[in-house]
Amino acid sequence: MTRALDEIKIGGLGSSRKRVEDNRFIRGRGNYVDDIVLPGMLHMEILRSPMAHARINSIDTSKAWEIPGVRLVLTGEMMATRNLAWMPTLSYDTQAVLATDKVRFQGQEVACVIADDPYIAKDGCEAITVDYEPLPVIVNPNQAMADGAPLIRDDKENQHDNVIYDWEVGDKEGTDRAFAQADLVSKLELHYPRSHPSPIECCGSIADFNRATSKLTIYLTSQAPHLHRAAIALVAELPEHMIRIVSPDIGGGFGNKVPVYPGYVVSILASILLERPVKWIEDKTGNLISTGYARDMYLHGEMALRKDGKILAMRMHADSDHGAFFSDAQPSKFKIGLLHSTFACYDVPAAHLTARGVYTNKAPGGVAYRCSFRVTEAMFFQERMMQAAADDLGMDQAEFRRRNFVRDDDFPHRTPFGFLTDSGQYGKCLDVGLEAIGYSDFLKRKEEAKKQGRLLGIGISAMTEPLGAGNSREYDILGVKMFDAAELRVHLTGKAILRTGAKTQGQGHETTWAQIVAHELGLPAEDIVVEEGDTDTAPYGMGTYASRSTPVAGAAVAMVARKVRAKARKLAAHLLEVSEEDIDWELGRFYVRSSPEHGVTIQECAMAAYSNMPDGMEPGLENVAYYDPPNLTWPFGCYIATVEVDPQTGVWDVLNVVAVDDCGVRINPMIVEGQIMGGLTEAYAMSSMQFITFDAQGNCVGSNYMDYLLPTAWEAPGYELHEVVTPSPHHPIGAKGVGECATVGGPAAFVNAVIDAIKDTGVRNIDMPLLPDRVYEALTQRHDVSGAPPVKTDD
Amino acid sequence: MYPSRFRYEAPRSIDEAVALLHQGAGEAKVLAGGQSLVPLLKLRFAAPELLVDINSLPGLDYHRVDADGTIRVGALCRHADLERSTILATRQPTMAAAARVIADPIVRNRGTLVGSLCHADPQGDWASVVTALGGYVTAQGSSGRRNIPIAQFVTGPFQNALAHDEVAVEAVIPAPKGTVAGGYLKLERRVGDFATAGAAVALEMSGAVVTRAGIALTGVGGSTIDAADAAHALVGGPLTADSIGRAADLAAQAAQPRTDHRGSADYKRHIVRTFVERILTRVAQPTERAA
Ligand SMILES: Cc1cc2nc3c(=O)[nH]c(=O)nc-3n(C[C@H](O)[C@H](O)[C@H](O)COP(=O)(O)OP(=O)(O)OC[C@H]3O[C@@H](n4cnc5c(N)ncnc54)[C@H](O)[C@@H]3O)c2cc1C
Repeated sequence: MTRALDEIKIGGLGSSRKRVEDNRFIRGRGNYVDDIVLPGMLHMEILRSPMAHARINSIDTSKAWEIPGVRLVLTGEMMATRNLAWMPTLSYDTQAVLATDKVRFQGQEVACVIADDPYIAKDGCEAITVDYEPLPVIVNPNQAMADGAPLIRDDKENQHDNVIYDWEVGDKEGTDRAFAQADLVSKLELHYPRSHPSPIECCGSIADFNRATSKLTIYLTSQAPHLHRAAIALVAELPEHMIRIVSPDIGGGFGNKVPVYPGYVVSILASILLERPVKWIEDKTGNLISTGYARDMYLHGEMALRKDGKILAMRMHADSDHGAFFSDAQPSKFKIGLLHSTFACYDVPAAHLTARGVYTNKAPGGVAYRCSFRVTEAMFFQERMMQAAADDLGMDQAEFRRRNFVRDDDFPHRTPFGFLTDSGQYGKCLDVGLEAIGYSDFLKRKEEAKKQGRLLGIGISAMTEPLGAGNSREYDILGVKMFDAAELRVHLTGKAILRTGAKTQGQGHETTWAQIVAHELGLPAEDIVVEEGDTDTAPYGMGTYASRSTPVAGAAVAMVARKVRAKARKLAAHLLEVSEEDIDWELGRFYVRSSPEHGVTIQECAMAAYSNMPDGMEPGLENVAYYDPPNLTWPFGCYIATVEVDPQTGVWDVLNVVAVDDCGVRINPMIVEGQIMGGLTEAYAMSSMQFITFDAQGNCVGSNYMDYLLPTAWEAPGYELHEVVTPSPHHPIGAKGVGECATVGGPAAFVNAVIDAIKDTGVRNIDMPLLPDRVYEALTQRHDVSGAPPVKTDD
Repeated sequence: MYPSRFRYEAPRSIDEAVALLHQGAGEAKVLAGGQSLVPLLKLRFAAPELLVDINSLPGLDYHRVDADGTIRVGALCRHADLERSTILATRQPTMAAAARVIADPIVRNRGTLVGSLCHADPQGDWASVVTALGGYVTAQGSSGRRNIPIAQFVTGPFQNALAHDEVAVEAVIPAPKGTVAGGYLKLERRVGDFATAGAAVALEMSGAVVTRAGIALTGVGGSTIDAADAAHALVGGPLTADSIGRAADLAAQAAQPRTDHRGSADYKRHIVRTFVERILTRVAQPTERAA
């Protein structure tokens, strides 16, 4: 007779327990950086460049200094005296903290005013006059690479053009050979528009330097506090143990809060100079115009095909627009993130990818916006290409995918660019999705609708993506290897605190990490408090982005719980007066194998660790585990959308969306579903309404929420979610990353559906966002619509 | 987002408000719902010395219908009041249709119709609606009250005909002479977005014959566009496929859109045509007309 606890009841794996953090969020009792008020705190505002490219002749700050309440005015020149005018980026480039020689994008940081309150600081910014001498502006890769293009990075020795890198991966010869044998070559060119992670909470910091203790405490909107501590130690040349980063509640990150921003650095210097806490909170325009953008990539590809629908090879080229500084947050080995994870779910015998990165007069960033380093672009291209190829072959798009999927018995599978995928049931996921959407039925309805002049379309997007960097052999940022740690301390009454080096920003770690511990130890989840974000107390970790928390930190949580359980087993043997080999574990309890009614609970073991330990045993019940994953995790997602396009206006409505996600074992199904719905909504946003664009002078359109559109509950479509479970073969609890799957895979489903609806016109591509006027143009002019939407071309 | 320093007054009567504006000598601004003015202050695009908050003025939050059918909307009547209005739902289909598509529910809870007319944003929806309906604004200033027809009230983009010491106290829609019909259609990229293009159509009919017509356009020119020729083409006859097509063409011609990130000029013109045609085709069915 087992006395194992009911895992769902104690909030273990598979339990949709409510998010414990929501209690304070819903009540408005969160504690964000801007909620923190320190005694004597000053406020900083940034003066930004109105020009996209201009030489700075002079900066006159004298009027700002005269305003009562202004305490400090900092310019690039003053930063330079402390060697802080420039800082290193996460991609081995440099970035201006405050501009000295030139401004290189609109919104660039030029000066900072620190004052008694933010109103005065803003007045101070307005009182500064900057003499700019305009320079020719570059807003896209074509201009950047043109002969005689102005040199944006004239600050760098040996930089004679605007090219940052030329990079390639794959097998060129093999790919060429395969193309020579193709029956058909399908081609596609597209632009993934510049978008922005746009967390509701903008970036900010409070730097608090205490001269007496030499300690610098920084309250920071950080997705990766330890990474930031290391970066600040290096940039500011401060000893790492004297820096404490506290990342309190974070109002969304989506990749935007991984880089180091000039505002952070200046607030730190200001606090050191003034010996008072200095708060900097960015406004929405500052966030949208200057901080880590995403995407902005031009992709071009060719697929070699056999008549029967077998893919023989892929050839791809990417031109990536990185803005004025190459500051992508990404693993250092790969210049264009994990773009080469494209086509990982298909059996493609040969492939070759070239990529070129260029500087332009636009904000830097290239952050992984809800994306494992450029995977969004990779999978969008893949699934648009799959649809174009199916159409070129005259083959059903579902059948074409099924024919080329890596088969269930074909794992581990080496992808054409060298990744090793390890598990999946791709065909099954597709079947579940087709069944749910009523595929064959829809195709009939579509034909009937056509007779009445109505345009229906269906789009499929299927992909596996690499989530959970490291392993440390291949993944590092600036040489720092990508792994994570968790620390678990069980108190004598059987309650516990768990800390990790990840940092939740809405993902629900406080809820889910406790569930993993509950699963491993049988402690009720509600008895475990989870703490993250304080570098003085949290164990080391690389932070939360790229869907890496569950694959890496979550694995560390399971591993540390197992270490604790191993010690508890020794305590149990002592309490039961048998040898360790004679006891077994069931959820929450050790028992004597030969007489199962004799047992002790995990709580009794905890008490013994502090009150009744065997001779020679170290007291206490706690441990730390560092986890270096053997591989990435490979979740699979299949997203299917149906739409109706209004032929008179180009407006398209989403009829149905089905999502089938296989992210392995689900820790908290409700949270997983929330992640998927959020991701689908972002996917819908990018495909339908969202972009940042620039006019010829480099003026940014999309630097506020009237221009940069976030969908509301009103326009977000409804979603029908399904699951397939293929556990990760190496993750301790079989989980895979999922936070980004729907954002990554979703956009192509919507775009494919619209293209499907209008494909009788011969149109093969409309670049995102599919604003009604672009769809209408494609429909009526019967041509592809490419590139970023125009900006005031009549002016 | 920190505005420049300003002085703030919350008068208790219209006379007091007018006196404050008079003293302000052009450096004062009326604050109604604040949904246009406050963003401008925060962006420091506007930096008035004095804000005269009219939200405490008594008796201005009404909208009502006179015995003869005249509709009056007070300066503190919110978009949300109009959205939920049974008066509009039963008597004024053009206004009822527009009230639902202005901004988002949060903005509608604060913003006012009169404030929207005063703000004179070429993308504002109410100015088109009131233009199509041939309405006017009543203003009160140091030298008394006057009525300003909407065509003269909106003098350009973000410009109105008010003197610096005048408060707009109400907007008035004259009583209709026959059956009322009409509608408002707006193309927006998302709820809360300003119009890519919008069209207001307001008709008065005697039997099947159109006796008065107004058509006005949102977001397709430097200010609200009164498509008078298009409206004129409808008066004196029934709504037929022909007359509808002609009016829609003329409305599209009256539009002066610019290509921008919301859409091309040609597209916006096409949308105007489509929307005018859609509204008229719908109201050509007798069941679609209000009493
Ligand atoms: C997110 C957002 C979306 C929006 N979307 C739309 C939309 O889709 N369509 C649309 O039409 N509008 C939209 N608006 C604007 C909104 O409708 C405003 O409420 C309206 O334009 C102004 O009304 P208000 O009462 O808020 O005026 P305020 O902001 O208080 O004032 C606006 C201007 O009018 C003046 N003013 C106001 N009332 C008076 C008065 N009684 N006498 C004299 N002067 C006066 C003020 O001095 C100021 O210059 C949007 C606003 C926001 C913030």
